Amino acid sequence: MDMPLKRTPLYGIHVKAGARMVPFGGWEMPVQYTSIVEEHRAVRAAVGLFDVSHMGEFEVEGPEALAALQHLTTNDVGALEAGQVQYSLLCYPDGGIVDDLTLYRLGPERFMMTVNAANIDKDWAWVTERSATRRGARWRNVSAQTALIAVQGPRAEALVGRLADRDVAAIGYYRFAAGAVAGGQALISRTGYTGEDGFELYVGAADAMRLWQALLDAGAGAGARPIGLGARDTLRLEMRYALYGNDIDQTTNPIEAGLGWVVKLAKGEFIGREAIERVKSEGPRRRLVGLEMADRAVARHGYPVLKDGQAIGIVTSGSYGPSVDKSIALAYVDTAHAAVGTELGVDIRGQARPARAVKTPFHPPRVKKAP
Amino acid sequence: MSNIPTDLRYTRDHEWAKREGGNVRVGITHYAQEQLGDVVFVELPKVGAKAAQRQSFGVVESVKAVSDLYAPVSGEVVEVNAQLGKTPELVNQDPYGRGWMIVIKPSNPAEWDQLLTAKQYEEHLAQGPH
Repeated sequence: MDMPLKRTPLYGIHVKAGARMVPFGGWEMPVQYTSIVEEHRAVRAAVGLFDVSHMGEFEVEGPEALAALQHLTTNDVGALEAGQVQYSLLCYPDGGIVDDLTLYRLGPERFMMTVNAANIDKDWAWVTERSATRRGARWRNVSAQTALIAVQGPRAEALVGRLADRDVAAIGYYRFAAGAVAGGQALISRTGYTGEDGFELYVGAADAMRLWQALLDAGAGAGARPIGLGARDTLRLEMRYALYGNDIDQTTNPIEAGLGWVVKLAKGEFIGREAIERVKSEGPRRRLVGLEMADRAVARHGYPVLKDGQAIGIVTSGSYGPSVDKSIALAYVDTAHAAVGTELGVDIRGQARPARAVKTPFHPPRVKKAP
Repeated sequence: MSNIPTDLRYTRDHEWAKREGGNVRVGITHYAQEQLGDVVFVELPKVGAKAAQRQSFGVVESVKAVSDLYAPVSGEVVEVNAQLGKTPELVNQDPYGRGWMIVIKPSNPAEWDQLLTAKQYEEHLAQGPH
């Protein structure tokens, strides 16, 4: 059955702004307003606004909330302080990835996780079923009530600072604070998916429109503009940030995806631990690597990666990278051919196009590490 | 509304054709480039290649998608726009001018009359998304 597409509280304002709307993970979202390349460059040079309200938010609280999350996620939730954010994964017992997420510690016994839009129902079923016996961990799916606006780029701090009732410059990277922005209550999180400095603002759905407009108005002189999902994808690809459904999914494990840094085996038991430990000790059969193409033909999801004419891998994400001005891609390749500098090929429409495994990120990140 | 010059002929697949002496210059329409978005790569045949009406003669890649290019008429490719190798964005900037793709020496002049006029192409676009 075809389910009707869902719309964020900002749908109307996107259409009015002339955005091209496309289906994305069950939602009708803006892919671009003017041009993906222009929007990408605006984020790197100035500041852009992203409607990411389609993402899901779950809250969990109670005396067993921490234990429930330690069991469900791969990173060490015990190391997470109140006011801090953690990138993490939900895994299946075989080490495959259910989803990637950001985890917020709202208080000693209160947390929020942000999950991918297309995975909300799957993740909700997974986390609630897997912690059903923990009466001391109460889950709440607040996705529908929550809007999320990302403000990203070198001018993000100045823009959000003008509208916030608190000093946002004092919020460190992967930290957050509560505050009013443009008069509405927000969770102000110094995170993002672009490699630029910036914030993600969680607000009530009813406040989204006013906040969006206030950000655009206040940022007009600084070049603030709305950015679609197209540029969000090229920005994150240049950073090598994984995209669920492309670079990671139920068939990939964290070690081969290069996400071993968010797997804390020392923390004790969690779902997928044994399988991930095995891959880690034996060494992964394949690895996710960055590829730079010799010409501008685009290596797209699903194209075979070649070594001396033999298929040794598969492209998971690929695009023209506007900041590097090259065609770039992520691909799983056999570990034997995964070293940086390895000359490879990508089968593009039956032709082997030269590619090289390169160091990632493709473009240097400019996130603000210290407050 | 899309820019549809009246002195050109069109295909249903959004290529334009322009008569120049005995030859036909080919590109994609304003509407097509707008739908594709930022063009980042154009793959074209070599001079001397044979083009066949309604068959693919190359591809155009935008950031998000890859699309075939279809020949409006059959014949020999006598010129190729080499500038698109370095500056594929010309297709977006000037689809009817510097963003042209190939010139064909037609082998069957009757095919010209099968192409859409500007008015027919406009009607074709008005029928909805393609």
